[in-house]
Amino acid sequence: MTRISVKVDGTAYEDEVEPRLLLVHYLRDRLGLTGTPVGCDTSSCGACTVELDGTSVKSCSVLAVQADGGEVTTVQGLARDGEWTPLQRAFHEQHALQCGYCTPGMIMAARDLLRENPDPDADEVREALEGNMCRCTGYQNIVRAVLAAAAASEEVTA
Amino acid sequence: MTDQSTDRNTEREVGRSRLRKEDARLVTGQTNWTDNISVTGLLHIAFLRSPMAHARIERVDVSPALERPGVVAAFSGRDLAEGLGSLPCAWPVTEDIVMPDHPPVAVDEVRHAGDPVAVVVARDRYAAADALEAVEVDYEPLEPVLDLEAALAEDAPLVHADKGTNRSYVWPLKTGEDYETVKRRADVVVTRRFHQQRLIANAMEPRAVVVTPLAASGEYTVYSATQVPHILRIMLATVTGIPEQKLRVVAPDVGGGFGSKLQVYGEEAVALEVARRLGRPVKWTESRSEGYLATHHGRGMIQDIEVAATGEGRLLGLKVELLADMGAYLMLVTPGIPILGAFMYPAIYKMDAYDFTCTGVFTTKTPTDAYRGAGRPEATFAIERIMDELAAELGLDPLEVRRRNWIRHEEFPYDSIAGLTYDSGNYEAATEKALALFGYDDLRAEQQKRNERGDTVRLGIGVSTYTEMCGLAPSRVLRDLRYAAGGWEAASIRMLPTGKVEVVTGTSPHGQGHVTSWSQIAADVLGVPFEDIEVVHGDTRAAPQGMDTYGSRSLVVGGSAVHHAAEKVVEKARKVAAHLLEANENDLDFTDGVFTVKGSPEARRTIQEIAFETFTSHDVPDGMEPTINAEHLLNPENFSYPHGTHLCAVEVDTETGQIRIRSYVCVDDVGRVINPVIVEGQVHGGLAQGIAQALYEEAVYDDEGNLVTGTMADYLVPVAGDLPEFVTERTETPATSNPLGVKGVGEAGTIASTPAVVGAVVDALRPLGVNDVTMPCTPERVWRAVRSAKEASA
Ligand code: FES
Ligand code: FES
Repeated sequence: MTRISVKVDGTAYEDEVEPRLLLVHYLRDRLGLTGTPVGCDTSSCGACTVELDGTSVKSCSVLAVQADGGEVTTVQGLARDGEWTPLQRAFHEQHALQCGYCTPGMIMAARDLLRENPDPDADEVREALEGNMCRCTGYQNIVRAVLAAAAASEEVTA
Repeated sequence: MTDQSTDRNTEREVGRSRLRKEDARLVTGQTNWTDNISVTGLLHIAFLRSPMAHARIERVDVSPALERPGVVAAFSGRDLAEGLGSLPCAWPVTEDIVMPDHPPVAVDEVRHAGDPVAVVVARDRYAAADALEAVEVDYEPLEPVLDLEAALAEDAPLVHADKGTNRSYVWPLKTGEDYETVKRRADVVVTRRFHQQRLIANAMEPRAVVVTPLAASGEYTVYSATQVPHILRIMLATVTGIPEQKLRVVAPDVGGGFGSKLQVYGEEAVALEVARRLGRPVKWTESRSEGYLATHHGRGMIQDIEVAATGEGRLLGLKVELLADMGAYLMLVTPGIPILGAFMYPAIYKMDAYDFTCTGVFTTKTPTDAYRGAGRPEATFAIERIMDELAAELGLDPLEVRRRNWIRHEEFPYDSIAGLTYDSGNYEAATEKALALFGYDDLRAEQQKRNERGDTVRLGIGVSTYTEMCGLAPSRVLRDLRYAAGGWEAASIRMLPTGKVEVVTGTSPHGQGHVTSWSQIAADVLGVPFEDIEVVHGDTRAAPQGMDTYGSRSLVVGGSAVHHAAEKVVEKARKVAAHLLEANENDLDFTDGVFTVKGSPEARRTIQEIAFETFTSHDVPDGMEPTINAEHLLNPENFSYPHGTHLCAVEVDTETGQIRIRSYVCVDDVGRVINPVIVEGQVHGGLAQGIAQALYEEAVYDDEGNLVTGTMADYLVPVAGDLPEFVTERTETPATSNPLGVKGVGEAGTIASTPAVVGAVVDALRPLGVNDVTMPCTPERVWRAVRSAKEASA
């Protein structure tokens, strides 16, 4: 067991964890933050994407101990006082989700893109989302949503 | 009390692009996936699975696993067989079908890689997974059965030795004139063999099940990532012997299904059995790679297809011989999937003879069952591809051959040669619209130029003019097909005292947006604001009756049931309104949710007020039940038949085999559209899956029967960069067999797109002598096809 201290969605946690515990299971099973789902066991699908210290990571490929001393943001930490971020709004408005299972990961990955490239074109969006699978939407509306969010806001990461 | 209701909006809801009510929870991560459920004392189940395709189980010893930390119990297949029956197959397509036993955990023999052999129950998921290593199993390897044709040979090794054959059934359908006679009249006969590769559905949410027992009453709640909570409840009762009324099945948020969750899985039965034995809540969540072995696959067929036609390209006859891979066992509807396709091979075409035979074959692979479109994509692929080949044979444009054979608008309703009555359709209109959007003539001109120049990158154009059958299904048709259930759907409407409305549906959505669409349907009939309506689904306690969601049936059957139930509510409310307004029922108008007396508009009652009046029942008509709630069970009279025209242009690099989709245009006719946004989304998703079959996906087994594409890293699910922008449009020819005029849309994109894409690839390469590329059309396959055509012509 290893002791970790980590801030998740603004709340500080201190925990004893097994060294092999994956960050995604720490979030889900230990902290009850089930907004971040698991879609695969090969770090292929991107469903579990969260932010660790400001960059997006697949939380199934990071150990909880690696987050020690760090700050994690999940999809559950995005809305402020019930106010959705531009990406969350855009996903809703562009019908960029059907079952919604890929959505947290998509939103988190798209944030990363928009941080680096606030004004991407459709091809850049498609390329940036190469680590995230969606089985429902055919991606077209996801691309639209990311473009719409970019257009709607210079301050997407707010 | 009705003040709480939202402001009345008099705009029609049906046809309006409503943003989804479902989304708020999903974009904020406030979800109810089955794997999110945790309760005190929860135990985790893990399955030990066979590493071999086929073997006799000599010995299973689970006791060493019990020594491992955190382990609470462990069971072999034999241990579990005492409480668990065989898993069900509800579709014995012929009287003499071979239906082998299917124990949820293998007892004597494993029959595919991933067949479970033992179960470990532990306090957390890591401990359960670890302890699997300690289970001791001795296998005596048996020969795998992998090739469909070889499996039917006299001396083939048998998947189920006690059955004496690998042939599960032979199902024929011969209609119209005798095919061989018709064939003698033909000027051309074109024959092809197509392979429908095995596909893995890859719903993004893995399967999961949680069972919580209520020890005192012997009741159980089963949460499952399922498309079919109602069917699951009946079947789990049968498999476990637990009375149906003691089982509650809940499908919470379900993250996609595409047919793979239209199933009654062994893991669900085992979880229930373990909860019963231990009296503790249990959970099982599949890992993705485990799912690749244990969740049923789709497709898996060899199609021999032949058309006989006149020199002008008029179809005379169609013959189809199908070998369908059942895999190792018959799951819920395994044998029926190719039979659904049987009705779709004739597609939109007229012909004199149709001769279809399907042979179901056992192999030592993961069982197959429904996957998006289920039988219909396979059929559409074969007929559309062979129409292309017929066109090539005759030197005609592929669209021209289709035009010469399709059912014309004025000929509807039309009895297809397969015995279906197509109620409505307009193939001409959809095709014209698609051609214009696509710029067909320009693309053909460009193609010609490239061919003349001998470009290394060729342009190809693919066409798919499809129809499908949705709205599964008229129950008497299901009887004729020996399907062991009905095709009805239930809806009820509860008018709450506050004026709010609960629509209870027997359908069970997993991404299709039923909550939004059903709200729109009910809002229009009831005249109640969209926002005041909530839809209850996916819980056999709250929505006790239903036949669930698959086969694009939900809107056509379930949505229509909502419409009728709402009409019944209005009729009951009319009685109360007449009583309260002291008027004759016939003298009442009902518009936008308000009853008024003809000629005196100030005398009015809203339907939401009437809901409150019946709640108090202080003053309801004599003899009337104090409710305006209503229920409707709809048993459809006919299927519905969406259709459309899909056009795809691809660029194929003849040197590298690389394919790029340059444009994709589709015009679908799905009848009346309830919510255009949702319809478009469904089409996009369907296209992605159909294109994936054409270009990317395949479940590959090696010679030993191991699944080579065993993880998401090996199995090519397309990501955003792999797919093009789609141009999606519609024509609207309402269905005549339901009150909404809807036809269903969930599978259209998948059904239509595969032949359009493969047709385009072949079209690009045809000048080089290529007339087919096996799916998925990988760069390597394309390159090989080009090379062998070159060699053949050298
Ligand atoms: S669950 Fe992490 S990438 Fe799939
Ligand atoms: S919305 Fe279902 S996986 Fe993306």
